[in-house]
Amino acid sequence: MTLPLSAAESASISLDYGALPYYALRTTLRMFTAIGASLVFTFIYATIAAKNRRAAMVLVPLLDVLQSVPILGFLSFTITFFLGLFPGSTLGAECAAIFAIFTSQAWNMAFSFYQSLRSVPRDLNEVASGFLLSPWQRFWQLETPFALPALIWNMMMSMSGGWFFVVASEAIAVGDTTIKLPGIGAYLAAAIEQRRIDGVIAAVAAMLVVIIAYDQLLFRPLVTFAARFRVELSAAQTVESSWVADLFMRTRWLRNAMRGPVQLFQSIGLLRLEPLFRLPAPRVPSRELEIVFDLIWYGLIGLCIIWALWLIVPFVTQELSWHDVGESVALTLITMLRVVLLMGLATLVWVPVGVWVGLRPRLAEKIQPLAQFLAAFPANVIFPVAVVAILKFSLNADIWLSFLIVFGTQWYILFNVIAGASAFPNDLKEAAASFRIHGWDWWKSVILPGIFPYYVTGALTASGGSWNAAIVAEYVKWGDDTIAAHGIGAYIAEATATGNYPKIVLGVAVMSIFVILFNRLFWRPLFGFAERRLRLD
Amino acid sequence: MLESHAHPLLQVREVCQSYRTGSGEMGAPILDNVSLELREDEIVGLLGRSGCGKSSLLRIVSGLVKPAAGEVTYHGVPVRGPAEGVAMVFQSFALFPWLSVLANVELGLRARRVSKTEARQRALKAIDLIGLDGFESAFPKELSGGMRQRVGFARALVVNPNILLMDEPFSALDVLTAETLRSDLLDLWVEGRMPIKSILMVTHNIEEAVLMCDRILVLSSNPGRIAAEIHVGLQHPRNRLDPEFRQLVDKIYALMTRRQEPVAHRDGTFPGLGLGMALPRVSTNTLAGMLEEIAAPPYNGRADMPALADSLHMEIDDLFPVGETLQLLRFAELEEGDIKLTPAGLRFADAEVDVRKKLFGDHLLAYVPLAARIKMVLDERPSHFARAIRFLEELEDYMSDDYADRTLKSVVNWGRYGEIFAYDEASETFSLENPQ
Repeated sequence: MTLPLSAAESASISLDYGALPYYALRTTLRMFTAIGASLVFTFIYATIAAKNRRAAMVLVPLLDVLQSVPILGFLSFTITFFLGLFPGSTLGAECAAIFAIFTSQAWNMAFSFYQSLRSVPRDLNEVASGFLLSPWQRFWQLETPFALPALIWNMMMSMSGGWFFVVASEAIAVGDTTIKLPGIGAYLAAAIEQRRIDGVIAAVAAMLVVIIAYDQLLFRPLVTFAARFRVELSAAQTVESSWVADLFMRTRWLRNAMRGPVQLFQSIGLLRLEPLFRLPAPRVPSRELEIVFDLIWYGLIGLCIIWALWLIVPFVTQELSWHDVGESVALTLITMLRVVLLMGLATLVWVPVGVWVGLRPRLAEKIQPLAQFLAAFPANVIFPVAVVAILKFSLNADIWLSFLIVFGTQWYILFNVIAGASAFPNDLKEAAASFRIHGWDWWKSVILPGIFPYYVTGALTASGGSWNAAIVAEYVKWGDDTIAAHGIGAYIAEATATGNYPKIVLGVAVMSIFVILFNRLFWRPLFGFAERRLRLD
Repeated sequence: MLESHAHPLLQVREVCQSYRTGSGEMGAPILDNVSLELREDEIVGLLGRSGCGKSSLLRIVSGLVKPAAGEVTYHGVPVRGPAEGVAMVFQSFALFPWLSVLANVELGLRARRVSKTEARQRALKAIDLIGLDGFESAFPKELSGGMRQRVGFARALVVNPNILLMDEPFSALDVLTAETLRSDLLDLWVEGRMPIKSILMVTHNIEEAVLMCDRILVLSSNPGRIAAEIHVGLQHPRNRLDPEFRQLVDKIYALMTRRQEPVAHRDGTFPGLGLGMALPRVSTNTLAGMLEEIAAPPYNGRADMPALADSLHMEIDDLFPVGETLQLLRFAELEEGDIKLTPAGLRFADAEVDVRKKLFGDHLLAYVPLAARIKMVLDERPSHFARAIRFLEELEDYMSDDYADRTLKSVVNWGRYGEIFAYDEASETFSLENPQ
């Protein structure tokens, strides 16, 4: 991992199939390092945000912004930063890749943990206080277990998103610096460079194997395990099962082998770990004092923002003019149009399909895991195939590259709609049937409102992923041929390739603002409406 | 009344508590100058309606919540934070769903650095005592409500508390289960097999209080004050059909339905309008059903509330709000534990739907100040539209946000039934037009 950088240059990526298992292992390792880092980050960040009102004022909106910013655009900065941190060693590049994956995973995990911490049932909290649990004990005995089901679900989502970034960040060129880290992503990049379609197919196959393995070996057991932590008073109707979990429960030596670590973890969770000295119990400060502290705190936040602007604005304005700003806004509008149109198209296709599947439980049982799997599959692995097709039939890049944007994200819509249709109450279905509600009426008044909350959840995820995908999808290569569509994604990708930092900053900033506005003004109200009016429970 | 010779176990002195409004200011009072004592070898009941602050009082006693004024002393030492020697049983059981029965019971001990073997031993003993043998490895969601509450008891008993606090421990259980659990607990108490010296329980069930307690403190509502103290001298096991038992129950019913002196409002706006009245959430169907029930035989317009509660399977928390709403609307009168229909109430019971709605609407406007106010504002405005938030904010001057919200929702429902105004939930506006 710490070889000098020159040794790790592009030459060392072999297209030999035999090297793939090793590359897959390296990619997976990177992935797990990142998820570990995300977990630690989640525990610390969310806990501070949940326990401290003033910290929450900054941390929660920040998380909100970070969640919607297209992280891929920042790759060039983080790479330069980490390379500078460990000069002459691949460690910097490894860190940069891991950091890129981390940034794609951490935010929603932290957000879910924060929300769970805020919604711990009051009576359980009172039990913990009544038994004088120390903060450390409370964290491990009450708060983390309570948050676990949501956290594990978000970890799964994060991992799914992460494969995309691992592929994108293993082989990247920023100006003159080219980074290639041994892994499936770099293998794919090498295959593209040498126009080896068989290499692309091999990479796709390797990816498939890796994702199936991680799903079966890690996440199925975890979900089974997490079911225990759900706070509900009746036993769940659907019981998650996992053959790996069964294996561990039923095999004596495996169970014995696990006993040690489990007990160690339990006793760590029961340590009191009191703070070395206790601050004198904080007096409830007077209202006026609180307001004064708040004002000081707001002032400090304001100063920080001004300072950040003071650093960024001159850097960008040095080389860029208003013309560039106008250009980037126009390009962002084009990309937005693309995202909206494609999301609409995906909706038109997948909502009926999802409803059809979801209303047939047997079928849904089979299709649902497949859709989840497809959502986890990094679409950028398949991009070269599309590029070859576009080149071969000389198609219009502006139109045909657009499809790549939703290629990986449309599955979120599908599996959420399936979930919604499966959960649609049977008595409503029967009522609709007995009143002979058919055709368009049935769609409009029965099923669409019923699945709407699920659809919005899926579409929100898909839309966020699509913006990120735009950066990769609007600018693709096959050997020496480059195909670019008009859009902010291509603008950022091109600026990254040429190492034009002010343009990257501008592009990412404009895109971020658009994404945030898009979420605030469109998805958030829609989500609120769905929650308020159309929840069926 | 005999002053205790023994040193009281726990003392509550002049405790006050207030709602905190959204902005953190002190709102309306919940508890007003409440004092009580807990001595050895007694079960004391805090009896009151929902919203009288009895649960708040229990949390103050346990040290979970700090009172705004006054203090709680345990063995003469002021309580700051949850005290050792005090354990609580919750209405909702409050078990950790991810821990087995045994682990749930052990948790309190393990958290206090009791060694693993000792914790296991003590937990098994408590489980045995409370009748949970064989369920040690079960998870809470596999258990029935009664078994879950047994875990709650075992968990409280295992830490060897002096005082057991119980927050409506049987009210989430069905009638039969609750009865079994009550008598099991009483048996343990009478036989002295529990380490506990005293029990303080919150309840809204009058019979439960008379069945279990040595002393009953009746709390009045808005704000919570101790309205009466009743000594129960009956021997355990008590018989619900015993005339003395019935007499006590009747007496408490009468006490609790006695018309309260109107409390002087804080100097605020509209002193005479009575806007600050918190209204319960009672559906118009329930009101109509109750009127019909009382009008019909065997009651013929006048019913004994305990008998009514029994025959309708209603607890006082269900029955009293209905009775009081009827009283507020002048459809009925409450006196000495009886509920009697007024002529208007009898007319309502006999009438057709449209007449009922008209009558209800008229009474609503005449006797519910908030409804009258909404109607007045709508009439005055040329547009005949008014935002709900405007009334909500007015209400929040008098009560907590939750109560304000509930009060407004009640008036919306009643107003819709009486057809005195229309309400659009999406835009949260009142208007005078019904959809065509």
